[in-house]
Amino acid sequence: MDDKAKKTLSAIPLLKTKAGPREKDLWPQRLKEEYQALIQYVQNNKVADNDWFRLESNKEGTRWFGKCWFFHNQLKYEFDIEFDIPITFPSTAPEIALPELDGKTAKMYRGGKICLSDHFKPLWARNAPKFGIAHAMALGLGPWLAVEIPDLISKGVITYKEKSEQST
Amino acid sequence: MSTVEELQKRVAELEAILKDKNDFTGSKREKIAEMSAEVVDSNPYSRLMALKRMGIVNNYEKIREYTVAVVGVGGVGSVTAEMLTRCGIGKLILFDYDKVELANMNRLFFQPHQAGLSKVEAAARTLSFINPDVVMETHNYNITTIDNFQHFMDRISEGGLNGGAVDLVLSCVDNFEARMAINVACNTLGQTWFESGVSENAVSGHIQLIIPGESACFACAPPLVVASNIDEKTLKKDGVCAASLPTTMGVVAGFLVQNTLKKLLNFGEVSWYLGYSALSDFFPKMKLRPNPTCEDSYCRARQKEFNEKPKPVVADVPAETIKEVHEDNEWGICLVDETSQDAEPETKNNLELVEGVRAAYTVPETCPTQGPTIEDTEVSLDELMKQMKSL
Ligand SMILES: [Zn+2]
Repeated sequence: MDDKAKKTLSAIPLLKTKAGPREKDLWPQRLKEEYQALIQYVQNNKVADNDWFRLESNKEGTRWFGKCWFFHNQLKYEFDIEFDIPITFPSTAPEIALPELDGKTAKMYRGGKICLSDHFKPLWARNAPKFGIAHAMALGLGPWLAVEIPDLISKGVITYKEKSEQST
Repeated sequence: MSTVEELQKRVAELEAILKDKNDFTGSKREKIAEMSAEVVDSNPYSRLMALKRMGIVNNYEKIREYTVAVVGVGGVGSVTAEMLTRCGIGKLILFDYDKVELANMNRLFFQPHQAGLSKVEAAARTLSFINPDVVMETHNYNITTIDNFQHFMDRISEGGLNGGAVDLVLSCVDNFEARMAINVACNTLGQTWFESGVSENAVSGHIQLIIPGESACFACAPPLVVASNIDEKTLKKDGVCAASLPTTMGVVAGFLVQNTLKKLLNFGEVSWYLGYSALSDFFPKMKLRPNPTCEDSYCRARQKEFNEKPKPVVADVPAETIKEVHEDNEWGICLVDETSQDAEPETKNNLELVEGVRAAYTVPETCPTQGPTIEDTEVSLDELMKQMKSL
């Protein structure tokens, strides 16, 4: 991780409540914190002119979906994101998936779950339960897109599609 | 749709399914009410029952009373289930949410014509054909999600042949999240289980017996790695997530079922942790004691129960002291030292690891995460959700 990545990561507020979706009493509090951290992270990204994803969840906060996008040669490539919150969260991170890329790259597990670097799991384990979804995005999906998307474009696996205007 | 080509393809698919169906109804053997030791070519159990005559197992036929849950029916789980089926296990409960894919064909058990079928469904069909005496129960779902986890726990605690808990749970999953979910379930229920795994580079593997409270649970320590005796720095993960070999998976499945049989039928010595390094044919073995500060509260509760139970006195091995790890904490985040590959001196924690096995990483207590923390807010969850949407 370079200093820029560390700075981005350390600017995401840490979470306080250790609770997974099975803990009926505490989960709503944790969920609020998840949203607060995500809102802050998206705002930080906007300030840094690096707005790159949106997420929302079902009302229980157990199923998440949204979009991420990546600019390459001034063209915007957009992908759907989805993941479930495992019952072991926040001891284990959510497994972020980009289903439309399933089967297109070896850097994915079944179902389009992204393959994380060797540093992700130790980092998560060392910082649990203070890391949340925003940290998983910054540490997991962000670097994955930066490496894999240019590669997939150069291989012709993904091509630019004219899409509707930017969602902001 | 409906070009001639597409229709031909569809006809071929349907023919394959039909053939599959016919194969399974063609020459199915009848159920056998009681295991017999009679040596005739029509008795599928004669060579197993011979274990009794040879004095290896006293009570082989008891295997029909046992229920084993196999979680994950991939490269290890499918072979595990087949071995148990051929051994005449009483009941198998299979869990997996995946489908058979052609990309799985470097592994044993599944066949190309089963591509597209759910793994549990395809496995149950093949296994019932091999041995119709085994009771099969299948669940095609992801155990780690909130919608399925309680049902998963219920099947562990009520899925046995007698309506009680299963006798053993075998973890044959391929990811950390699912192992942790099984760990939570088994710690909560006090269920004995075996963990198993094959490394992502396909050249090492392990099995581990976990009796909640008595031995280390899966969360008691960071995941363990069997040394491959190759320079880890030369290992490239670029371009692929994981490799797999049918050989390593077969060896691990063999270890797993061998120890399952020993545990259920009470013969030989059951290994607590048994590792396998394929490159050097090295098999480290050890017992792992539970971590009194395990983050899983059910693990700690089971430890308390176990410690309160009277037991024969055994010589205690002095625990290793926790090695303090100094971390650069300039960023308020507990970072991983990316320059040092050799984690050897700092991996001990409270673990007494045998040579050749190390923790995948450490979680030092000297490196608390600090930094800006979420502030309490009066804003409701609905309001936050709306805010997020309107960004
Ligand atoms: Zn534990």
